[in-house]
Amino acid sequence: MDLAIIVAIDFVYAIATLALISLGLAIVFGMMRIINLAHGEFMVMGSYSASVAVHHGVNIWIAILIVPPIAVGIIGAIIERLIVRQLYGRMVETMLATWGLSLFVVGILTMIFGDITEGVPTPLPGIAIGGYQTSGYSLFVVALSVATMGGVYVILRSSRLGLLARGTMQNADMAAALGTDTSRIYAVTFAFGAALAGLAGGVLAPVSGVFPTIGGSYIGRAFITVIGGGAAPLVGTATAATLFGVINQVATFLSNPVYGEVALLLAAIVLIRALPQGITGRYFRRSL
Amino acid sequence: MKFVITVLRSNWRLVAVGVVGVVLLIALPLLLDTYTLLQITLYAIFGILALSLAFIWGYGGILCFGHSAFFGLGAYAYAVAVINMGESTAPAVIAIVLPAALAAALGYFMFYARISDVYVGVITLTVTLIFYNVINSTAGPKYHIGDALLGGFNGMPNVPSLNVPFLPDNTLEPQNMFVLSMVLLLVVYFGLHWLLATRFGRVLVAVRENEQRVEFLGYDARLHKLVAFSIGGALAGLAGCLFVSWGNYVSPTAFSVVQSAQIIIWIMVGGAGTLLGPVFGALAISWLTVEIGTQQWVNANVILGAILLIFVLLVPRGIAPMISERLVPWLLASRRAAGLARDLSQERSA
Amino acid sequence: MSPPLIETRGLSKHFGGVRAVRDIDFSLAEGELRCLIGPNGAGKSTFFKLLTGQTKPSSGSVRFRGKEISGMLAHEIARLGIGIKSQVPSVFNGLSVRENLWIAAARHQKGNAVTRAVDAKIERLALGRFVEKLVGQLAHGQRQWVELGVVLCGDPGLILLDEPAAGMTEDERGRTAELIQEINRDHPMIVVEHDMSFIRTIARRITVFDRGSILMEGDVAQVFGNQAVRDVYLGKQVAA
Repeated sequence: MDLAIIVAIDFVYAIATLALISLGLAIVFGMMRIINLAHGEFMVMGSYSASVAVHHGVNIWIAILIVPPIAVGIIGAIIERLIVRQLYGRMVETMLATWGLSLFVVGILTMIFGDITEGVPTPLPGIAIGGYQTSGYSLFVVALSVATMGGVYVILRSSRLGLLARGTMQNADMAAALGTDTSRIYAVTFAFGAALAGLAGGVLAPVSGVFPTIGGSYIGRAFITVIGGGAAPLVGTATAATLFGVINQVATFLSNPVYGEVALLLAAIVLIRALPQGITGRYFRRSL
Repeated sequence: MKFVITVLRSNWRLVAVGVVGVVLLIALPLLLDTYTLLQITLYAIFGILALSLAFIWGYGGILCFGHSAFFGLGAYAYAVAVINMGESTAPAVIAIVLPAALAAALGYFMFYARISDVYVGVITLTVTLIFYNVINSTAGPKYHIGDALLGGFNGMPNVPSLNVPFLPDNTLEPQNMFVLSMVLLLVVYFGLHWLLATRFGRVLVAVRENEQRVEFLGYDARLHKLVAFSIGGALAGLAGCLFVSWGNYVSPTAFSVVQSAQIIIWIMVGGAGTLLGPVFGALAISWLTVEIGTQQWVNANVILGAILLIFVLLVPRGIAPMISERLVPWLLASRRAAGLARDLSQERSA
Repeated sequence: MSPPLIETRGLSKHFGGVRAVRDIDFSLAEGELRCLIGPNGAGKSTFFKLLTGQTKPSSGSVRFRGKEISGMLAHEIARLGIGIKSQVPSVFNGLSVRENLWIAAARHQKGNAVTRAVDAKIERLALGRFVEKLVGQLAHGQRQWVELGVVLCGDPGLILLDEPAAGMTEDERGRTAELIQEINRDHPMIVVEHDMSFIRTIARRITVFDRGSILMEGDVAQVFGNQAVRDVYLGKQVAA
């Protein structure tokens, strides 16, 4: 029974982390129909800002939850202005440009911080369940992932900005014709997506470690979750994360983490081929 | 004879490339020291790699974001095979055929399902991620194919170079490695040019322009893309084989996303719609990467990333079109103008 | 009585609950020029796509020269000798006019025969002025004619045109009408059109579509004089 709980926690954790790392990218994809290949590096910058904050004496919770979204959100706004906006939503060009950006950021981070892994301590102790140990922090990550998705849902549904965003998402031309400043919406959306990436990076810093090249391991999983999920940011991310997370965990249990990752990637390829518009391109259309 | 001259004149650019190529082929081994010759050999190998992607992307319109998958597969296939067989002829063939087969399978999977550009990019990127993850984890004695230890993130050292066919003790010296790579580069370059002039090549370009119209004319667009993609895979595999023979070492970085990005950078810098541009792009960027590696101030990724960014934003067609559409006519025009001016002044003084 | 060149029996297509094409029996004889007309949503475009293979029928059959073609891929149908010009100009914008025609002609010929065929079309359609220009740079009307040339170079046994006069000026429409009649001398054609005055200039036999079915078939006088046809176009529902 205790083992079952541990295993269940592992599954939920896998799904939750996948959802958390993908949400920022999904919002930008759902809104602007572009893939930001520097998303992993946004997360890494979130991790580094948390690490720097912690090492300057900032309270751990503030360093993980408050500092990264703000820092990376601002960076995201700058990137949107300088780069993304110039490409007018052209998917391929944006992927290439953000790919260049990701190389650039990895290089800059290496130059500033070196290759050494910075540490951010895990702020929660282990929890014993029966005879087994699990990480209290893992439970926190799950809770945060759910809370973040809930928060985004509330923002999109209930706020004025959310309404404008949803309108622009459904029909940008119409929204513009009705007087919405669509370029402002895009700027805010991109910055918001970046902030979410930063948050994910900050929260996962104690778990994955902080070094310049870790972005690479995030971006692969994130973009296939987003493409697999389809245009609806919340439902798409949730369903794709569940599907891929389960496949990943099952494969990991049957063999090892490497093949778990491979199973995830293969599942993504099959899904994209079967449902090129993603899960929410065929099911749950018109959902958030 | 007249016919030959007419053909040569209308293709003077190709002739020029051929002449320059042959001159370099003969002169460089005589002029350069071994170390520099080794460097140039690497550029030639990367030139072949660049051509393989330039063909399928620039002319076929296939957005392959994971081209390093074929390069790496060719490299590892050669390494594993040559260690097991002790002789390099069959391994070289395997290094070309295996990536071609992968490309054919992947191409069938994607193109026959009518998957659109961007998703082709995503799927190919994912494939190379899979390869990288798998190979990277194969460190340790239990990961081997026959006698070849895969080595995981450590890579495979001491891989024998190519040898003269069927004479395994006669491995290629650096001079010969250079000649082989250079000859193959020229063969691939002219071969692709020829292919693009055939009906297959011309229809391939038409597929890139408008797939529906090509189908309305009775051509199977999916098949054309499949064949082109397989050719690209085969050529990348060839480059991989040459690469391992050159350096006697292969590591998972051959499969990396960074490697894929580099190939794309070569093409974006050189010019996506041409064959010669990407070759120069490969040369320039590889040279630059080596130069950056020798100093401590700036990280290579910073420069490469910045170059890709700048080119996508400001010079999306690369340098080659700028040269052929602005510089060359300008040079020709000014020479013609100078000649005209000379004629006029002679007339006046006469 | 020679067998029809192309015919449909009980051809239907529905999208979800919408029955776009209902149980259509249609036939075209060798050498004929048939116009398909009808208001928006009448099912003309869907019927067109069923003939070209762009859409698969929900039921019924399409036969070309006696051979069942429903369910075949678009390029297979094209290879049987059906030339298609869809509504939006669909040519190779980044290639020259000559190259566009070459691609079409090279499908079933080789070597010098291709060049000769291309030159002949350029002559016939008076494309000589801009033959080396990139098609993407041409005016809309010129692009439509290039597309006609491309279709002809494929040496089709049947030509399907979807709104060939769309977006053209008065003069261009006149020229297009002439071209169609001239082409019809050697090639049977089905033309889907909206423009009633254009129809009048080219039509012999007309099939009128309404809400997925054929309302009537007849020559110009019969169709244009028919009250039901007029009602359908003016929006009055024919009493159910």
